[in-house]
Amino acid sequence: MSNFLTTSIGRKFLMSITGLFLMMFIIVHLGINMLLIFDDSGDLFNQGAHFMATNPAIKIMEPVLALGFLVHIIWSLVVTIQNMKARPIGYKQLNNSKSSTWASRNMFILGSLIFVFLVMHIIQFFWKIKITGDPLLAHVMVGGEEMENTYALVAGLFKESLIYSLIYVVGGVLLGLHLAHGFWSAFQTIGFANTIWLKRLQFVGTIFAIIIAIGFSVIPLYFQIKF
Amino acid sequence: MEKTINLTLKVWRQNGPKEKGRFETYQVSNISTDSSFLEMMDILNEQLVNENKEPIAFDHDCREGICGMCSLYINGRPHGPDQEITTCQLHMRKFKDGETITIEPWRAAAFPVIKDLIVDRTAFDKIISAGGYVSVNTGGVPDANAIPIARPAAEEAMDAAACIGCGACVAACKNSSAMLFVSAKVSQLALLPQGKIEAKRRAKAMISTMDELGFGGCTNTGACEVECPKSISISHISRLNREYLKARFSE
Amino acid sequence: MSILNSKTPEGPLAQKWTNYKDHQKLVNPSNKRKLDVIIVGTGLAGASAAASLGEMGFNVKNFTIQDSPRRAHSIAAQGGINAAKNYPNDGDSVYRLFYDTIKGGDYRAREANVYRLAEVSNEIIDQCVAQGVPFAREYGGLLDNRSFGGAQVSRTFYARGQTGQQLLLGAYQALMRQVNKGTVQMYTRNELVEIVIVDGKARGIITRDLVTGKLERHFGHAVVLATGGYGNTFFLSTNAMGSNGSAALKAFHKGAIFANPCMAQIHPTCIPVHGEFQSKLTLMSESLRNDGRIWVPAKKEDAEAIRAGKLKPTEIAEEDRDYYLERRYPAFGNLVPRDVASRAAKERCDAGFGVGTGLAVYLDFKSAIDRLGKDVIEARYGNLFQMYEKIVDDNPYETPMMIYPAIHYTMGGIWVDYELQTNIPGLFAAGEANFSDHGANRLGASALMQGLADGYFVLPYTIQNYLADDIRTPRMTTEEKEFVEAEKAVKERFEKLLSIKGNRSVDSIHKELGLVMWDFVGMGRNAEGLKKAITRIAEIKKEFWTNVRIPGSKEGMNIELEKASRLADFIEIGALMARDALNREESCGGHFREEYQTPEGEALRQDDKFAYVSCWEYKGEDAEPIMHKEDLVYEFVEMLQRNYK
Repeated sequence: MSNFLTTSIGRKFLMSITGLFLMMFIIVHLGINMLLIFDDSGDLFNQGAHFMATNPAIKIMEPVLALGFLVHIIWSLVVTIQNMKARPIGYKQLNNSKSSTWASRNMFILGSLIFVFLVMHIIQFFWKIKITGDPLLAHVMVGGEEMENTYALVAGLFKESLIYSLIYVVGGVLLGLHLAHGFWSAFQTIGFANTIWLKRLQFVGTIFAIIIAIGFSVIPLYFQIKF
Repeated sequence: MEKTINLTLKVWRQNGPKEKGRFETYQVSNISTDSSFLEMMDILNEQLVNENKEPIAFDHDCREGICGMCSLYINGRPHGPDQEITTCQLHMRKFKDGETITIEPWRAAAFPVIKDLIVDRTAFDKIISAGGYVSVNTGGVPDANAIPIARPAAEEAMDAAACIGCGACVAACKNSSAMLFVSAKVSQLALLPQGKIEAKRRAKAMISTMDELGFGGCTNTGACEVECPKSISISHISRLNREYLKARFSE
Repeated sequence: MSILNSKTPEGPLAQKWTNYKDHQKLVNPSNKRKLDVIIVGTGLAGASAAASLGEMGFNVKNFTIQDSPRRAHSIAAQGGINAAKNYPNDGDSVYRLFYDTIKGGDYRAREANVYRLAEVSNEIIDQCVAQGVPFAREYGGLLDNRSFGGAQVSRTFYARGQTGQQLLLGAYQALMRQVNKGTVQMYTRNELVEIVIVDGKARGIITRDLVTGKLERHFGHAVVLATGGYGNTFFLSTNAMGSNGSAALKAFHKGAIFANPCMAQIHPTCIPVHGEFQSKLTLMSESLRNDGRIWVPAKKEDAEAIRAGKLKPTEIAEEDRDYYLERRYPAFGNLVPRDVASRAAKERCDAGFGVGTGLAVYLDFKSAIDRLGKDVIEARYGNLFQMYEKIVDDNPYETPMMIYPAIHYTMGGIWVDYELQTNIPGLFAAGEANFSDHGANRLGASALMQGLADGYFVLPYTIQNYLADDIRTPRMTTEEKEFVEAEKAVKERFEKLLSIKGNRSVDSIHKELGLVMWDFVGMGRNAEGLKKAITRIAEIKKEFWTNVRIPGSKEGMNIELEKASRLADFIEIGALMARDALNREESCGGHFREEYQTPEGEALRQDDKFAYVSCWEYKGEDAEPIMHKEDLVYEFVEMLQRNYK
């Protein structure tokens, strides 16, 4: 078992497992975020955010999630460097659009852009909520409980800034593209595919990617359009 | 119907494994669209010999798409623009008059260029010799019908066994991964009762050799399946992953 | 004659092989390690022999001109492999397979060898299944069989249309397992350029590394040639581009007997020649004849209109079509043996009824599609139809395929005795390279059987009978004078080739040779034509040695030099084929002398004069070779005229 994670399949296995884990996080994240557009008072979202911030299970998961991100990112570097080494001299003429999707060939680029987006996203929300604080986060009472007004922070950003809203739309699309390949690829790598399931997973993966991309893009657009 | 075309060819020339290569441009004219791509290369070579120049070295042998010897990365695609064929089965009717065709060797660290368009694919033999077989000696085996094999399994094994070892999968893969090649053999033998017995050992040994030889890893782009002249499915890669993970987790 | 002892064991036919094995000498395990065996070629015969001998513990060196043993041309065999398993319970037996092979070979093969081939056929299937060869199966899980090449029983095992590939990969994998264990040393992209004889025994070879151009010397206690046939003498054939007869010719020049050189098989179902740029011919599996009907227009004017492109085959009415095989051979129809089907096609085309370029006939699936449905035909031949469409750009589901015969296999080859040993002690020949089992014509699905029989089950026994006497012979150094001299001769030959610096490419001369061979030593031969061929080949030889142009040098990879060296040998073989064909004043199997035919145009054997193997002995560059005869004595089978009517 010792060198498993350095073998070609072992490396990919780690990418796959962390990827699947991050996908579960994404689903939860999107679920909570959707509360933003279903209640303009913000109460629903604040309750959701508060629950996530205080729930002990989530507290435990937080460092695991961070680890998941870290491993997924670092290993993607390792995988990419190894794979680049396998072809020291490239082709003069490439015509690979007929044989594979753009997203599948550019997972590292997509991932890197998502990483940039992620850093910005953390600074804008997570950092402020957890560390520095922000005037917009002034506590509110929801259902008899006092909590931070996370809604104000998020809605504020999207209402105020067209640029940021667009960046978030782009972020959602990038994530969708990443998942369009990443979803079924993760199952393929852990060996959960055969001729029939391969097609099913690819289909489900596409639907999943579209839902994620649209879901995350809709939120900033909603605030831009409505307010 | 037969017609003739004129072409410009940009061909990779390299005198030896250690030498520096370059592209050279050649003109060929009056090529019948009924001729095969390699026959067009023959015509060019005949032209070069008549000019007392060294002909272009390229691998080819059976010229009917089964030996796996021919290669060539033509206009950005292994085995050229047609589907489900090898270069030797590619015909000139797939090209237009006046077209420029770029011809390159397979590019991969594990497939070094020997000369011009010829690459060294002995890495594939090394992978097979690491475990791509059933360990039986000649003689003393049971009757052929002693073990019935379900037809779907036999058919799927045959789908995988159709691999001709040409290396188009490696050439097509952006990572130069040999996973489709390895998976075809692992999958074929894992599907059959004769091969199941040492399936774990086989998957481990073949993957370990594949890694040592400098092939990249699989990122499931699926290009290999599309460019494979025998259309070997990437579902075999999933089976290989499964066999390999089973082997590693049961250590 | 002392040099031609067939060493056929005593006893009844069915007991000979058992008797042989019971009494042969064996080599004990500790001595096997000390013995080196050189095997040249990695096709079915070479790879299976190398793997088997490696498993036994011999120290094997295996050579191939390809980049990998898996490329050998055995891989291209499509149809299947025969065995006398009688799984379908249709009356097959070892004897029947033996008898069919003897009869199909037109009574020009050795009885004992053929019986042994039929006997070990069953073991081959067992072996291949154990290796994981994915043969076609029934829904019940058992192996499927089909009828092939006119056999009256279903004895052909197959793996789709890629049986040769699957069997070769099985042998290749067994071989690579031995490479991994270190019992076999593999030399790829290495070509045999000379055989080294020390004290009358084969003791090694000189090879040329095709990448570096270096000559290398290799010692072996025995040398096995499994180098395939010489069909490429014709330039256009179904053989691979690299297939060559050089190893056989080197053996011949060193004193080995070349047997029945004129026996070449013409396969009836190949895609016709398109133009002068054509580099090789593509075989369409014989299995197509199971459902396809062969015809040409019955009226000459229709044939002419088709050739001029004014008429389509589908426009010819049923009554204006001549299904000539069904007409001439009602009992076998489209399933007559290969030689008969090929000649019949030539006869029609020569008479002016050919289609396409004039040298093609139709293979029509319309009635089969009407009877069975398109999907059944697609399931049976889909891959072949697709291959045809890729090459010809014509849809065989709608318009009939065009086919024409082409050179496919050479039954003749290096003479071997029952032990597969040539008349040079220590030099063995296996597979298509030897002449042994197919007589004057090979039956479909028998080449794979013979290659694997020789490699897995015959040679590993018989070679021990020779090596047992050699256990005290130490490994020789390759500094011995015989090795040094052999290498020097080879070097001089390559230098001579390079120094010609003429005006013609190798291929242009090869094409010229091919045309002479096809016109005069092809499907129909006669004394006048053969004499002309001998003269023409001598002229071509002169042209080659004075006017060939080989760019580049002998260092490094030089493809033109490789081709030139092989062509020089093909020219010699071509002359020998013509000479042998001229000598054999009869028609038998693939050898059809126009002077010897029945009033209906069928082959007429002359058993009283030619029931022998013609065995040619080389007498030097300037002397004519001499022919010896190995009489074929049929103890168990009566020689009959083949009749497929």
